[in-house]
Amino acid sequence: MNWTTVCELAAVPRDGAVAVLVDGAQVAVVRLADDSLFAISHRDPVSGANVMARGIVGSVTVDGVEVPTISSPMFKQVYDLRSGRCLTDRRAVLATWEVRLHGGDVQIGPALAVTVRAAPADDPIDAEVTT
Amino acid sequence: MMTQQHVVVAGAGMVAHRFVEALRSRDDAGRFRVTVIGDEPRPPYDRVALTTYFTGRDPEDLHLGGAGLWQDPQVTLRKGTAVTAIDRSGRRVRTDRGDDVGYDHLILATGSYAARPPVDGSDLRGCFVYRTIDDVADLRGYVETLRVGHDDRPLRGVVVGGGLLGLEAAGALQALGVESTVVEFAPRLMPLQVDDGGGAVLRRLIEQLGVTVRTATATAKVLGARRGRVDGMRFADGSSLPADVVVFATGVRPRDELARDAGLSIGERGGVVVDSSCLTDDPAISAVGEVACVDGRVWGLIAPGNAMAEVAVDRLLGGAATFPGADSSTKLKLLGVDVASFGDAFGATPGSLEVSFADAVAGVYKKLVLSDDARTLLGGILVGDASSYAALRPMVGQALGTDPSAWLVPATDGPPGGGELPDGATVCSCNNVTAGDIRDAVTAQGCCSVADVKSCTRAGTSCGSCVPLVKRLTDTALEEAGVAVGKGMCEHFELTRAELFNAVQVTGLRTFSEIIARHGRGRGCEICKPVIASVLASLGTGHILDDDRGTLQDTNDHMLANLQKDGTYSIVPRIPGGEVTPDGLIEIGRIAKEFDLYTKITGGQRIDMFGARVEQLPTIWRRLVEAGFECGHAYGKSLRTVKSCVGDSWCRYGVQDSVAMAIRLELRYRGLRAPHKLKLGVSGCARECAEARSKDAGVIATDKGWNLYVGGNGGFSPRHATLLAEDLDDEGLVRAIDRFFIYYIRTADRLQRTAAWLEELPGGIEHLRDVVLHDGLGVATDLDAAMEGHVASYRDEWSEVLHDPVKLARFTSFVNAADVPDPDLRYETERGQRRPVLTPRSSPPVRSSDTSPGPRFISGDRIEVRR
Ligand code: SRM
Ligand SMILES: Cc1cc2nc3c(=O)[nH]c(=O)nc-3n(C[C@H](O)[C@H](O)[C@H](O)COP(=O)(O)OP(=O)(O)OC[C@H]3O[C@@H](n4cnc5c(N)ncnc54)[C@H](O)[C@@H]3O)c2cc1C
Ligand code: SF4
Ligand code: FES
Repeated sequence: MNWTTVCELAAVPRDGAVAVLVDGAQVAVVRLADDSLFAISHRDPVSGANVMARGIVGSVTVDGVEVPTISSPMFKQVYDLRSGRCLTDRRAVLATWEVRLHGGDVQIGPALAVTVRAAPADDPIDAEVTT
Repeated sequence: MMTQQHVVVAGAGMVAHRFVEALRSRDDAGRFRVTVIGDEPRPPYDRVALTTYFTGRDPEDLHLGGAGLWQDPQVTLRKGTAVTAIDRSGRRVRTDRGDDVGYDHLILATGSYAARPPVDGSDLRGCFVYRTIDDVADLRGYVETLRVGHDDRPLRGVVVGGGLLGLEAAGALQALGVESTVVEFAPRLMPLQVDDGGGAVLRRLIEQLGVTVRTATATAKVLGARRGRVDGMRFADGSSLPADVVVFATGVRPRDELARDAGLSIGERGGVVVDSSCLTDDPAISAVGEVACVDGRVWGLIAPGNAMAEVAVDRLLGGAATFPGADSSTKLKLLGVDVASFGDAFGATPGSLEVSFADAVAGVYKKLVLSDDARTLLGGILVGDASSYAALRPMVGQALGTDPSAWLVPATDGPPGGGELPDGATVCSCNNVTAGDIRDAVTAQGCCSVADVKSCTRAGTSCGSCVPLVKRLTDTALEEAGVAVGKGMCEHFELTRAELFNAVQVTGLRTFSEIIARHGRGRGCEICKPVIASVLASLGTGHILDDDRGTLQDTNDHMLANLQKDGTYSIVPRIPGGEVTPDGLIEIGRIAKEFDLYTKITGGQRIDMFGARVEQLPTIWRRLVEAGFECGHAYGKSLRTVKSCVGDSWCRYGVQDSVAMAIRLELRYRGLRAPHKLKLGVSGCARECAEARSKDAGVIATDKGWNLYVGGNGGFSPRHATLLAEDLDDEGLVRAIDRFFIYYIRTADRLQRTAAWLEELPGGIEHLRDVVLHDGLGVATDLDAAMEGHVASYRDEWSEVLHDPVKLARFTSFVNAADVPDPDLRYETERGQRRPVLTPRSSPPVRSSDTSPGPRFISGDRIEVRR
């Protein structure tokens, strides 16, 4: 398996994000207050601009579960950090990468391919994640 | 085939407006077209709010009906045209323009005349009545011309009549800076609405405002001086009073002359006699509003007039509605003093009991009239504090349920809520809306907010006095329907922004984690984080990127620049008051050229440079700071610009140095963080080239100083600013703006601009004036200190970043490739400058065959959804 070291953990602010370049791909690395990490696409799918790492990290309660989120700084859609799915605009989704802490370093792993089936407006979006 | 019928309305006043509006909204089949003929040179307007003409409102703000109604193809409005005669057999009316208009049905809505009493001299120049916009405009014009010759002493005015209109007129004279005396024939003020006890308290309150009151005084003669101008008044007891202007507010008389000439029946004391369906003796003619005499009575209030308009419409459409009768309940704010009177206010019902409370020091009088068993509320009078009117008025005829005195002593927990009101109780008397109608709007018609309920039922859309009760009923109904009416900001905080501001100020907490742990829950979100960042910044707690605050900042604050559509930024240096030297311009030009930034002059009199990448921001700012510029905060919910006009240094009309004042204000408030952005304007004379009245604070020079207007707004819902104070000197102006801003910052909602804040501020502009100019809340020292603290601690936000390696670190494109620019940026040239080339927002999905790096989407990162 291919892991790329991108930065030290300390370079990512708590409940914040930074952008990194991995093999030409622009990835946003997100760190929560408890040091858990997520890696999502830096590209905002709605505007097409590479800005996601400048969004606000937070949470929203969905069916009683606290979901970690990031909002786009451009038009404010909110995404579930775990799956990349948009919670406010069902037509948008962020790509995700594997990410881990190795020593004090943040490492990005392979991209997770996402199969997304177009859904009618009131069906839940079906996203299957495979490695 | 059905032929369309023609309805002609004579008179274009408030009730005519209601008639047309109701007809157009109910006549779905288009059976009627309507022509409204009015002699005033404008569309119908809100006469009830006439006095606001003196507090800086535009006459146009009073117009009723909006453009939509008068542009309706079925509606014709003929302004500035009087109906002069009715030809009943030919079914035509004649106008003063010489034409004849045929009708199938005629509605008389000609209202009333303001009566001028038949005393000698009442037609001298300087005598006015108080009924139309033209009347008040003439009054104002006369006072303003007179003032030119009278710098030595204040002008003096006498208002004849101490009723509702008289006190309104006295307020208007005061607003014009005229010392006024109200002369009333009866032994107390407002004899029709309040009793002796209420009259005594009212008199004290009015006198405290500087108005002289003479009751039990009859006017004998108006005295004239040279050139036919008023110069005094003589009374029946032989005494006299000097006066430069006299306003008669001695009552109204129905304008029933058309009906008289046409041979229709006229009431004993005037008014066109109609039955309960509002028809006159002629089945093709109805009369509504103040001109109609129903059951031997003429109603001088808007609510009964509106009810008649609805009845007339219903009848035309084949309905059977009847005029339900009315009562003379009123709630008024006269010169800032609350007066309300409702139901059987004078205890005329046999055996009725009165419970009253009077506090001469606090200036409050309250009386309830109860049935002989002390259970049922019959009426009441409230002076000085009418806050319980909205709750009491609908209970007339109902059992009070509690000890009546609980309603009279100053409220501790507030009066019993709106939840218990019976469905039949009238909540909005202007529009005849009951508690049941409001509940129904929520439960059956799906209204989800007070705004919805207002537009659906019309409750609260006229005088506004019922709005608190409408809100309470709506909230209760929504809660019962299981709709959360949380006033909290988001799922993390149950507090409003104002409450949070207060909490943070008091507890002294300074980090987001402490604040959310103490006052909220969870980890926050894109709504509450920027609010807390803004609150901390307003409290002057250091740089917005200090400690954990960098991650709280919204889009633009996040990088201290404005985000553009391609992810780059724009840069706006501060150009105080819009004044810039040629050298400054050259420097900006040089920097823009070097970094190839698109440049444009903004709407705020400064220069915007677009297309700077994140990692370029510090370098560009270093150059700007070296050239003497500082941060313009175009990105912050904070002071933006102070727009100026050139003023008296060059302009031949200027009366003050507007540029100097604009610069002073911009330097004072720069960096001040607020719930939303703040803009100011300063104009050097009344021509208003700086468009100051569209700003949060607008300053307009006068030959004596500055007039200050507040709460203006451009944007989506434009609003002209309201006059707060006149002829301030420089220091008084600055102090007033200081207090206004800090008071707004402490109490406004999130992202609420001063315009919306002022509209919702309880007590409105009078309350604000009281706080800002008279320290009515006793907080002035505190507000002043807060602003002084801001001024003393101001530092240039960008210079500080340039000196702080930790803050500089965030201005990188990629943490692992700090000097690689975003490889996706593309530009093309347009009119000699660059602009982004970007896939449009509805871009087709990225295909699997796409060569861009990263994961493959089978259907792209925008999922097309079938609709
Ligand atoms: C640059 C400028 C347009 C221009 O090229 O002239 C502009 C640009 C933006 N305006 Fe504006 N406004 C600009 C003058 C105005 C004006 C005119 C004025 O100030 O005299 C108005 C109407 C006056 C007013 O504010 O009442 C104006 C009303 C708005 C509004 C609506 C505000 C409202 O209360 O409804 C928004 C949206 C908001 O703030 O929520 C807005 C928001 C924006 C934002 C900040 C949107 C954003 O979040 O990125 C735009 C990007 C600014 C940037 O630099 O990239 N802009 N905007 C003007 C900058 C003035 C300056 O020097 O700071
Ligand atoms: C300063 C002030 C404050 C008030 N405050 C309150 C209040 O707080 N509460 C309340 O309930 N009421 C209040 N009123 C009373 C309220 O404004 C009136 O009851 C209401 O306007 C009556 O409406 P209307 O359409 O019958 O008459 P109006 O609004 O007077 O309209 C009649 C119109 O017909 C026009 N007209 C007359 N004859 C002709 C003709 N021959 N041809 C063409 N046009 C003609 C008139 O010029 C006028 O424009 C107040 C009134 C004033 C002046
Ligand atoms: S507002 Fe008056 S002083 Fe200012 S530029 Fe216009 S005309 Fe001249
Ligand atoms: S009572 Fe006047 S608007 Fe409702």
